[in-house]
Amino acid sequence: MRNAFAREISNLVVERQDLVLLTGDIGNKLFDEFKELAPGRFLNCGVAESNMISVAAGMALSGLRPVVYTIAPFTTVRVLEQLRVGVCYHEAPVVIVGTGSGLSYAELGPTHHSLEDIAITRCLPGLNVLAPADSHELVAFLREALESPNPTYMRIGKKGEPALHPVGASLRIGTAQILRDGDELAILCIGPITAEALSAAESIATDGPRVTVISMGSVKPLDIDFLDGLAKRCRRWITLEEHGAIGGLGSTILEWLSNTRHVVQLTRMAVPDSFIHEVGDQAFVRSVLGLDAQSIQVAIREALE
Amino acid sequence: MAGIPHLGSCLSCIDLLVYLYWNILDIGAARPDAPDRDRFVLSKGHAAPALFQVLAERGFYPKERLASFGVNGSVFHEHPPAPGYLPGVEAATGSLGHGMPMALGMALAARMTGMFYRSYALISDGECNEGAIWEAAMLAAAQEVDNLCVIVDFNGWQATGRSREVMQLDPMEDKWKAFGWHVETIDGHDFSAMPEAFRACATTRGKPSVVIAHTVKGKGVSFMEDDNNWHYRTPDNDELRLALQELQDRR
Repeated sequence: MRNAFAREISNLVVERQDLVLLTGDIGNKLFDEFKELAPGRFLNCGVAESNMISVAAGMALSGLRPVVYTIAPFTTVRVLEQLRVGVCYHEAPVVIVGTGSGLSYAELGPTHHSLEDIAITRCLPGLNVLAPADSHELVAFLREALESPNPTYMRIGKKGEPALHPVGASLRIGTAQILRDGDELAILCIGPITAEALSAAESIATDGPRVTVISMGSVKPLDIDFLDGLAKRCRRWITLEEHGAIGGLGSTILEWLSNTRHVVQLTRMAVPDSFIHEVGDQAFVRSVLGLDAQSIQVAIREALE
Repeated sequence: MAGIPHLGSCLSCIDLLVYLYWNILDIGAARPDAPDRDRFVLSKGHAAPALFQVLAERGFYPKERLASFGVNGSVFHEHPPAPGYLPGVEAATGSLGHGMPMALGMALAARMTGMFYRSYALISDGECNEGAIWEAAMLAAAQEVDNLCVIVDFNGWQATGRSREVMQLDPMEDKWKAFGWHVETIDGHDFSAMPEAFRACATTRGKPSVVIAHTVKGKGVSFMEDDNNWHYRTPDNDELRLALQELQDRR
């Protein structure tokens, strides 16, 4: 996903004279093309993320469209107040990209895990909070975010995530996408972990229940029209996210449900409320936490019992 | 008028604000949103009452509006409102350490958009406790942002004590020099010292500039001067009358 981001931001800097890319001293060589195309609009802000977010806010208030890029925890929890005051309170249209979100950098340990970012960003007024499932969503969301008057936080993976959408799919911020249709149970997903749900749904399908897999793409805005329609035709839901259980997609949907009259049986699949001391690669940690395709199959069967 | 907080902090920087708004800043009250205007960010947002007064005097809005200070629903409260809610306000400061980095972003934006405006930020000595100030200082110097000018209102106090005792601020000049800045030091109440200092900053090339302005908290009111109780205390009506009389006599 980060390569898709680097490619698209290079395309965008040619198209948009107001685009600026700020990084926190990461992405060695990743942005070589961008720097060649627009050297004056690339700014390595050093390992000083708080300042970087405020600088981006000042740029946005002066007519530029800054995109900030660094590892997810350092562009969210570390700089929460700069996001809240400089970006959100000032309605400064900055696009903040958190790379390696969720457990993408599982092997780097909890300092580099990003399992609270959705929770703490979605409570900031005016900030859109996106988590594309694949590079197609990423590209579409990035383009649309740069047209939005609102600031945006977008959490992305690292590299090698499978494409889940066909080339040319029409993808928009705040519009849920059905990746696979079924009528017995719906898995509402966000981010690259959506691939695990698809895999689970495919392998269970031969003899088992018919499962819908949905990419939500965004918790804010939340596609409530879609959810409203879904609740009328399918009443067993699983939410799936590579994020802590508190405050992420599952919480967002529960909050919405509590204000409706829908009766839905909801299973939330997320990272438990604890730090992860069993460090390993992403697939290993997902399986330990019960967030891999196999665990999802178990959850599907339990939900339908 | 009684009930205005942070009066000591307002009085330490009011002379600087007056000099900047009458002599330095290219900001027209008729065009407060002109893309090529100079930017001024009151990074020490708790001196907002001083800024509100200056902007009114410079015609950004009628002085009568100031009567709503502190009234429920008014934009005039302890800190500046968000831009767009009051002409002339560039940043909603109040949490320290945000305004100067934002002013740096504004200065960098001038370069990126091919404009020639200058960006100013007024910070307090207590605000120099914030790490983000020094993050911005390092980036501004590395990027040779010579259209950025920071003014330190060095009144020697922060909320609960002598600023140089709370954190090691001295030697202030050497710190900024070591961070790669052009440094001017003045008496922040001496209008005769200001022209040369700000001229030197404006003509410095290849590095950002800082004016370290030694000031007196509560300047101009004998019973407030250098008395940190006036960081939070608000005057009663008698004290207010006395203070206004003293300020009037000094004009």
